[in-house]
Amino acid sequence: MTFKRLAFTLAIATALATPAFAANLKIGIGEDPDALDPDQSRTFVGEVVFASMCDKLVNIKPDLTIIPQLATSWNWSADATILTLELRKGVTFQDGTPFNAAAVIANIKRSQTLPESSRKSELSSVDKVTANGDYEVAFHLKSPDSTLLATLAARPGAMKSPTAFGKGSAADFANNPVCVGPYKFKSRVAQDRILLQKDPNYWDAKDFHFDAITYLPIPDPTVRLANLRAGDLDMIERVAPTDAKSVQSDAKLTYAQSPGLGYNGITINIANGADAKASPLAANKLIRQAFDLSIDRDAINQVVFEGMFTPGNQSASPKSPWYDGDDPVRARDIDKAKALLKQAGVSSVDFTLSVINDPQSQQLAQVIQSMVAESGFNMKIRASEFGTLLASQTSGDYQADLIGWSGYVDPDANLYQFAVCGGSLNDTKYCNPDVDKLLNAARGSTDPAVRKKNYDAARAVLAQDEDIVYLYAPTWIWAMNKKITGFTPYPDGLIRLVGVAED
Amino acid sequence: MIRFIGQRLLVAIPTLILISMLVFLLQKLLPGDPALIMAGDQRDPAAIAFYRMKYHLTDPIPVQYFYWVKDVLHGDFGMSLRTKEPVLTLIMEKLPVTIQLAVMSMILALAIGIPAGIVSAVKKGTLTDYVANVIALIGLSIPNFWLGIMMILLVAVKLRWLPASGYVSPFEDPVQSLRTMAMPSLVLGAMIASAFSRHTRSAMLSVLKTDYVRTARAKGLREHVVVIKHAFRNALIPVVTVAALIFGELLAGAVLTEQVFTIPGFGKLIVDAVFNRDYAVVQGVVLCTGVAFILMNLLADLGCLALNPRMRETA
Repeated sequence: MTFKRLAFTLAIATALATPAFAANLKIGIGEDPDALDPDQSRTFVGEVVFASMCDKLVNIKPDLTIIPQLATSWNWSADATILTLELRKGVTFQDGTPFNAAAVIANIKRSQTLPESSRKSELSSVDKVTANGDYEVAFHLKSPDSTLLATLAARPGAMKSPTAFGKGSAADFANNPVCVGPYKFKSRVAQDRILLQKDPNYWDAKDFHFDAITYLPIPDPTVRLANLRAGDLDMIERVAPTDAKSVQSDAKLTYAQSPGLGYNGITINIANGADAKASPLAANKLIRQAFDLSIDRDAINQVVFEGMFTPGNQSASPKSPWYDGDDPVRARDIDKAKALLKQAGVSSVDFTLSVINDPQSQQLAQVIQSMVAESGFNMKIRASEFGTLLASQTSGDYQADLIGWSGYVDPDANLYQFAVCGGSLNDTKYCNPDVDKLLNAARGSTDPAVRKKNYDAARAVLAQDEDIVYLYAPTWIWAMNKKITGFTPYPDGLIRLVGVAED
Repeated sequence: MIRFIGQRLLVAIPTLILISMLVFLLQKLLPGDPALIMAGDQRDPAAIAFYRMKYHLTDPIPVQYFYWVKDVLHGDFGMSLRTKEPVLTLIMEKLPVTIQLAVMSMILALAIGIPAGIVSAVKKGTLTDYVANVIALIGLSIPNFWLGIMMILLVAVKLRWLPASGYVSPFEDPVQSLRTMAMPSLVLGAMIASAFSRHTRSAMLSVLKTDYVRTARAKGLREHVVVIKHAFRNALIPVVTVAALIFGELLAGAVLTEQVFTIPGFGKLIVDAVFNRDYAVVQGVVLCTGVAFILMNLLADLGCLALNPRMRETA
């Protein structure tokens, strides 16, 4: 009798202690993802879905430390040209295909050779991948590239089933993706919903407490929040900064935030085409420095972003371990700005700032316009939709663009291709061989201290040349039903559901 | 009658060809490079070159149009550059949603707008007429996206009577489908009802002044018989024409309403397609809505013929 009572009590206690396995977690996301193939995808929300569907070789902690996921350990060769990874054993893809060295090799090969792949440049340093047995792979690099490990924590490291991508076209795989992940693809209706179902055979299934996940794209942040408040959603990402306080004070909601990895700034055309030749901003770096000093970043943060974002002046956020603390955000200094303009031989500067035609970007541009006018900058604002702005920027048909970068784990991804001579993302056509040398040295070392020293030295030069005037680092903001527990915010903005449950 | 329908359908073919050519050209004139957009933030040069080659993006516009027509004649409307889904699949997914929203909005609009217009016309110059006019003007003036958000905040968030947004197919759950479509239909319907009210009032006022209506009253017919059986039937002709045009527009997608209520219809599809330079999707949707407009116009003409026997002789 005593034993029965004890067993009954224990059962009740266990049931109360264990989070309930809720059926379906509904997550509101800001856009409809594009192709559900980590090799073809280019949207942030695609990555949000992959976070639940496609494990990568490595993962990150909130402090950006690289941790195991499908690889359990790794080591670099002394010259940073070979990265060896031990793979997790006993793992299968969602279609039952075994995960092993051959699968990793097939994945990297696809990412590098699939014509539609947008991952080629991220894996451009990889010469070949070899297998040392079934559970060890070695990445052989063409030149030292310590950024590769962090790259494998993003889409290039997402492991897809070779059986699935081997049997049809790239479009077929995107419409029916198969990976290693806690949730497998069930169905999708474009612009309506994406439904994932729990994979009971996932190697860490016990830490995922929902039977299904539904992602619902709701572009308008007000409507997204209204859905959450109405109980039609359980969680939303990218809460508008203007709604943050109301979420924080709502007893039925839980608020979460994290500093982001990216930045937003003004990209200035230095030497890209005829517009650069005609642009006064391109003529003299003193003018660009004066422009920078005319901007009050704290005021921008308060007025436009309700104080939620982080004023910044580097490609790394001030909250990032890669930020150069010896070069802090400078306060606005109109007198100094005017003095610099005088030194440059001008008293007023006319130029056009192109912005994306969304309300926030236009508001930001208007605030900057009024700020810099005090120093003598007559800034016109030209709004256009993203596709047009992007085309203009790459072709050099701009003087200055207000544009951001979502950011990646490794600081190199926020800087290298934008700053090196001929970089694939270098739309300013800035070119300084000294900067190239420093950035290549940073890539070539696996010692974080050596890398930071080189990045800081490169940034010191760039801070003078000012081809990009950094303004702020965005903050990721999430809101969820109070019953959702265990959520951990990450600086990459992704929603990781390990340990997340509904009480 | 069959000859009439046949003639109209024959004229539809060159109309559709012209529409497709015009839209194709306008898309190509838009600045922006779809290959650049498709390649994503890394802008891989090899991916950009591949997309340009695969989708003939560097070929002359007439050549690109020729490839598109050739595929369409084989039943291949192409693939969405963004999601890699066949355009036909996307259209077949969105069409029922758009039709449902259009039908529900029209039913509401007609149920509210026409009686309001009739009453307003019959009670011309009275307080009832002024109130109806003001309500109609308010309905026409209020931005429907604002009205939509206000309704979501009140009805869904505060009162929790209806879901805030989203769509459920009537084949999946008819009751939930009606619940999800109630607010968007009301928002869209309110605007259209105002238009119907004004058109109906105007048409009724013209008809109520005619000799045959005076004759009907003189014969001693009851007022509601005069208004409904004699006046309204003739006033219906311009209203039917307007209704057909409006229904055709609804089938093209109510962009703002779909955006606010997250209805996955044609409106959202085509806006996203334009921003992403997803040409095949735009072409497919435009062709579809072109067919819808032509059919609506034909139905309007047939409706007018049914209402007015004298028009059948000219037809």
